[in-house]
Amino acid sequence: MLKIENLSVEYGSRRALHDVTLSVQSGEILALIGPNGAGKSTLIRAASGVIPFSGHVRTNGDTFHALTPIQRARYIAVVPQAISLPPAFTVWETVIMGRTPHLGFLGQTSRADEELARRALERVHADELSERRVGELSGGERQRILLARALCQSTPILLLDEPTAHLDLQYQVSLLELVRKLVHEDNLAVLIALHDLNLAARYADRVALMVAGNIKAIGTPREVLTAELISESYCWPVDVVEHPLSGGPLVLAK
Amino acid sequence: MTSPLPSPMKRPLLLALSLLLATLILSLAIGSVFIPPAELWNILRGVGEEAFTLIVWNIRLPRTVLIALAGAALGGSGAAYQGLFRNPLADPFLIGVASGAGLGAVIAMSIQWPYSFWGLMAIPLAAFLAALLTVFLVYQLARVGRTVPTTNLILAGVAFSSFATSLTSFLMIRSTSEVRRALGWLLGGISLAGWDSVLSLIPYLVIGFGGLLLSGHALNLMQFGDDQAQQMGLNVGRARAIILAAASLTTAAAVAFAGIIGFIGLVVPHIVRMWFGADYRRVIPLSILGGASALLISDVIARVVIAPQELPVGIVTALAGAPFFLWVLRRAKNQGYW
Repeated sequence: MLKIENLSVEYGSRRALHDVTLSVQSGEILALIGPNGAGKSTLIRAASGVIPFSGHVRTNGDTFHALTPIQRARYIAVVPQAISLPPAFTVWETVIMGRTPHLGFLGQTSRADEELARRALERVHADELSERRVGELSGGERQRILLARALCQSTPILLLDEPTAHLDLQYQVSLLELVRKLVHEDNLAVLIALHDLNLAARYADRVALMVAGNIKAIGTPREVLTAELISESYCWPVDVVEHPLSGGPLVLAK
Repeated sequence: MTSPLPSPMKRPLLLALSLLLATLILSLAIGSVFIPPAELWNILRGVGEEAFTLIVWNIRLPRTVLIALAGAALGGSGAAYQGLFRNPLADPFLIGVASGAGLGAVIAMSIQWPYSFWGLMAIPLAAFLAALLTVFLVYQLARVGRTVPTTNLILAGVAFSSFATSLTSFLMIRSTSEVRRALGWLLGGISLAGWDSVLSLIPYLVIGFGGLLLSGHALNLMQFGDDQAQQMGLNVGRARAIILAAASLTTAAAVAFAGIIGFIGLVVPHIVRMWFGADYRRVIPLSILGGASALLISDVIARVVIAPQELPVGIVTALAGAPFFLWVLRRAKNQGYW
């Protein structure tokens, strides 16, 4: 599980994150929602250790401050947005780089590492892409490759930064279906930034609503995705109705 | 079971080694007198004709080894700079490191220490310090936030390069005739070629090549940007420092003894990537071997085109490399597989 306590981030004099506290249980998906600039990506970057912060990020009692990048990468894998990836690597080369935290400085891989990479590719239904160059792939394929790379890291925690942002409808849904399946199979703790509220309602066990660097509300989709909270946070009136298929909340902008 | 090399490595390595062997033979055979390969074999076994033996041992072999080492250094460091800056046009010459190192070397030479082996050893050290300073300055000038755009890098490199070159010329004009001889050397005339130079080059190259060869995996990760590299477990700051130091050390060593030679570090890694893929664990060793071959060929050309006179080898590499540079620039604009 992942525990974030009183995490604050400052960019110069601007406070990007203010005393954020939340935890994600194993086997749970927590969706981060909120308007642009609310600090969703900043939270993911801080939790994965690439920007300095105050406060604590812990897992099973280990505080991340005390860990080296390689130790941290054994706990947390990140799926970034697939906007710019080095085009010349093959899919296979990209995915097996996920084994880095378990390898030496030279990056020598063993049979076992190769087996894990093969399996990760299978799980994201991309085994047939293995020899292709990343530059030739579609957005949806790249995002799956990045998910496979993260799975290859064999971590208990997975952070995803708006993985559906540039994808077509079918890829958005299939990617999140895949994430949900992986969470349950591997008992992962997943923190996922999403800008689509209805995808958050559909796939998250709990939702954290961020506004201006603060957590404004956290709870089940039904508790957080209310007309009142969403209208106020996004500065736009919305209706929340019952989803005709799932019975969950469905947010409609007025 | 671990596989020490990325899987399709044997064939490219064999190819690069054969090419190197062929160019080494060519370089030993061709010159004011032609020495046939069979005779070369006799000389190496110690049963060659005396005049030929003298030529080979005292002139051609040290020069050939020096050229090969300098080419290897430029190829390897070019590949590393390209990976480090994630920029297809980073080349020790184009980003100004070579000129910076040249300035460092000339400053060291114009200090009048007595000619000795240790004096010779100090020249690459001065070149190295100047190279590191140059990389730092050029990088800071070119950086926009967390990225280094191609145009900025080249502009900063060219600006710094002109500055360093002017300062170098100034120092030369002010100095004794002995240092002025260095002008030919700076153009890549290899006038310092001798076993002394080869020996003093080796310790720097052993360290530099060692660092570069160990950094392939780190360079692979860095292609994804600092954030992702660190999220995959790389200590980015440390890796960058190691690679920068290793690449600058190899460049400096090459410049200190072979002069400023452009474009080898640009052309060779490009060809390697086009033929053998982007994995830096392959690109680095193959660029080292390919750089040696490329500079040997350039040097042979430099020796024969206006024989009995010699062209500085830097002119040959620039004549071939500059058009290649323009071609890469066009390709980079259209996003190719670099």
